[in-house]
Amino acid sequence: MMNMTAETTIQNLTKKDFESGLDVRWCPGCGDYAVLSQITKLMPKLGIPRENYAFVSGIGCSSRFPYYVNTYGLHTIHGRAPAIASGLKLARPELSVWVVTGDGDALAIGGNHFIHAIRRNMGLKIILLNNRIYGLTKGQYSPTSEMGKKTKTTPLGNIDRPFSPVALALGAGATFVARAIDGDQAMMATILERAAKHEGTAFVEVLQNCVVFNDGAFDRLSDKATRDDTRLVLEHGKPLIFGKERNKGIRLNGMDTEVVTIGENGVTTADILVHNENAAHSGLAFSLGQFEAPDFPMPFGVFRSVDKPSYQSLSLQLTESARAARGRGDLGKLLNSGETWTIK
Amino acid sequence: MSNAPVTARPIEELESVVIRFVGDSGDGMQLTGTEFSKAVAKAGHGFVTHPDYPSEIRAPTGTLYGVSGYQIQYSSGQVFTSGDAPDVLVAMNPAALKTNLPDVKRGGILIVNSSAFTPGNLEKAKYESNPLTDGSLQGYRLYPIDISTLTAGALQDSGLGKKEVGMCKNYFSLGLMMCLYNRPVDKEIGDIEKKFAKKPQIAAANIAAFRAGYAYAEATEMFAVSYQMRESAVKPGKYRSISGNTATALGFVAASELSGVPLFIGSYPITPATEILQELSGLKHYNVTSFQAEDEIAGICSTIGAAYGGSLGLTTTSGPGMALKTEAMGLATILEIPMVIVDVQRAGPCTGIPTKTEQSDLLQAVYGRNGECPIPVIAANSPADCFDATLEACRIAVKYMTPVILLTEGGIGQATEPWLIPDVASLPKMEVKYRTDPKDFKPYARDENLARAWVRPGTPGMEHRIGGLEKDALTGNISSEPLNHQLMCETRAAKVAGIAKDFPPLKVEGPAQGELLMIGWGSTYGSLASAWQKANAAGKSVAFVHLRHLNPLPSDLGDIIGRYKKILVPETNLGQLSRLLRERYLRDVIQLNKVQGKPLRVTEIYDRILELC
Repeated sequence: MMNMTAETTIQNLTKKDFESGLDVRWCPGCGDYAVLSQITKLMPKLGIPRENYAFVSGIGCSSRFPYYVNTYGLHTIHGRAPAIASGLKLARPELSVWVVTGDGDALAIGGNHFIHAIRRNMGLKIILLNNRIYGLTKGQYSPTSEMGKKTKTTPLGNIDRPFSPVALALGAGATFVARAIDGDQAMMATILERAAKHEGTAFVEVLQNCVVFNDGAFDRLSDKATRDDTRLVLEHGKPLIFGKERNKGIRLNGMDTEVVTIGENGVTTADILVHNENAAHSGLAFSLGQFEAPDFPMPFGVFRSVDKPSYQSLSLQLTESARAARGRGDLGKLLNSGETWTIK
Repeated sequence: MSNAPVTARPIEELESVVIRFVGDSGDGMQLTGTEFSKAVAKAGHGFVTHPDYPSEIRAPTGTLYGVSGYQIQYSSGQVFTSGDAPDVLVAMNPAALKTNLPDVKRGGILIVNSSAFTPGNLEKAKYESNPLTDGSLQGYRLYPIDISTLTAGALQDSGLGKKEVGMCKNYFSLGLMMCLYNRPVDKEIGDIEKKFAKKPQIAAANIAAFRAGYAYAEATEMFAVSYQMRESAVKPGKYRSISGNTATALGFVAASELSGVPLFIGSYPITPATEILQELSGLKHYNVTSFQAEDEIAGICSTIGAAYGGSLGLTTTSGPGMALKTEAMGLATILEIPMVIVDVQRAGPCTGIPTKTEQSDLLQAVYGRNGECPIPVIAANSPADCFDATLEACRIAVKYMTPVILLTEGGIGQATEPWLIPDVASLPKMEVKYRTDPKDFKPYARDENLARAWVRPGTPGMEHRIGGLEKDALTGNISSEPLNHQLMCETRAAKVAGIAKDFPPLKVEGPAQGELLMIGWGSTYGSLASAWQKANAAGKSVAFVHLRHLNPLPSDLGDIIGRYKKILVPETNLGQLSRLLRERYLRDVIQLNKVQGKPLRVTEIYDRILELC
């Protein structure tokens, strides 16, 4: 009976069922709307009952996300969402637990929790909305702001070298790393669906335009006129080719990567690196993760996807083997364990 | 074992005795002390121990700061503390003698490893002349024994190297003490065999050293008197020796089993709390999930996540970690989810003295958060009491849907005492119901205790969103409406204040009214109870009450305070409970404070009582 109800619930769900109906309070035109729309569109397709979703966030514009999704939601404290979500996932492995965070929340105040959730391969979907600026506090630089950028706390230009969230996640041992952009919803949908189905930590960076404090930051990556030349779309098993003419590619030169033009200096398609999401080591993905304009195209898509046991599944295994070896614990036995003596 | 006539050694009957074993941190003094206390326990005596060791794992040998000690007081009756001044000091080197001598009772026994009193070691201990020969120890019964040489002699055929032989000398001293205090040897020999089962050569050597020590004490005329404890007068029942941290861990497993709610511990290792995490990590065959987090903040945050998911949440820490958890405690308070924060207090501020005990986190526990952020605070008063205190903390957490702070202390977390093992059927029931009925569900609607419902994610039809922003008093949706905020602050305060209605009446020892009332909390219980007993026996009009609940304070405390002319509040801080009492009852109190990283002594309290009445 319970199963039937659950199945019916899953089958009948639509995007609308996942919208909380609360007024969305992001600025008009904010890139976050695109992410919200894609996630609520994806959720009914995953075959997960609505009540088994939980969204956890920290502080920042992105962290308002859980209020707008009609599931269980926890809007917590700055930077700590991965830690809170880890406890929830560990206690309730059957839940689909999502963390929605930002560049300040995940990489500045919460950097430690971010890398450790990834290192453990905790089964969380971590969506980082990267606008390269602090929005909620009104315009200070973030750990992803470019060098030289003028913001309210860098009036003379930023001297704080930025992180690449993708490279950071890979360095922490991530088993699923992808990048999307708010302006390309089709690609975002594909990436989010793959992330949702990943067993361990799935990390997705979404480049997202802040219309008020960093407007236009990603224009060249979004505009149809320029994007073919500035973006490198990653496809597993396909050569790393980009450009309007499809004649630019990435070649390995020793241990380094370089941009080459096919048909020039004897370069052929055969020289171009073929993307492998499942590589044993993440070296090439790490290299791609550091690509930045103007010398390199910005890669989008899945950098890395490998299957490794998730923390929560290993934890369950430990419990099962402990119970198999010792039997389900008995309180009386525990209290009476160790050396005892009786006084008459 | 020896041909010496036993009758030649007169036996003295004792009420209680305090023995302290001291040596380098690598000398095995913790082991010697633990083994001795096990022998005492098996004889059915009451006892309390106090391990006292440096923060360094192995400080340079022979130095004053590398001294490690283990004190035990045992008695034919009930024992409340590990004792004030040792009757017997077993010192393995000059540094150990120097740092501990000031504590030893005048006329007490000094058993000293004379072989360690070399010029080099004397210099390291900053002795200008050898105290064993310069007459400075005339006021004590000094027994210099060449323990290193005697041990080496006993082990000359063992085939062990010099270093291994040196490591057996703690068993020599243990054998010596077992003989001096008439403890049976067979059990200990069996224990050594078990402990070193994988290293039979070491086992044989330790047994030989142990026997040699025993035989030495038995044969030599150095000990004119042997000591025999009177027949034990401890309450009948089945006992085990338990440390405060183990009792805390068992208390949480018990709360989980009694309530049927899974236990989640998310913690980061920190002295002196780590053993709780270690203990629970080995109990996964119970309903326990343990998680060693990346830091203190993640410890409490993972716990919040698990408690939101329907687990009984637990995070353990000590002062500095407590400070780091502050913001997350605010989150747990505003989310109103059940969890317990255990603070095994240590000497502060900052890193302070990690291995020394103190009661100085009380104000932090009661007040140390941003905003109006009430959290119930309770305290354990002895190692075994940690079990009961834990059950009480869990009871409050799940009944009132609130984080609860349980204060213990290094001095009880790591100390041991006998524990009368409770019958599972006699433990208090703990009923927990998750709400599953979506009809008219409002996340912040409250029951008669002002507690909101516990709804686990995964419950159909009750999806809702809550967080650290102030929320509407019913729906839980974000609200910065002025009157709603006042209502929410007042409601959270009223909920915590209302917990006091569950407390049993306070137990006041001594006269119901009169000259002096002594109020204590936490680990000072033992010293306070002993001092009170002594004062009472001396005919002083002094009453004594010890607090389990620090926030809210028990509702009958005000009346009780009003019945005495003077109030004395002994604490190992600079007057934190005193402040709470003055603020709450507008009564002045007399402080007795000690912040030396050491427990309050019975005499220190007793002397103050005598001055006051």
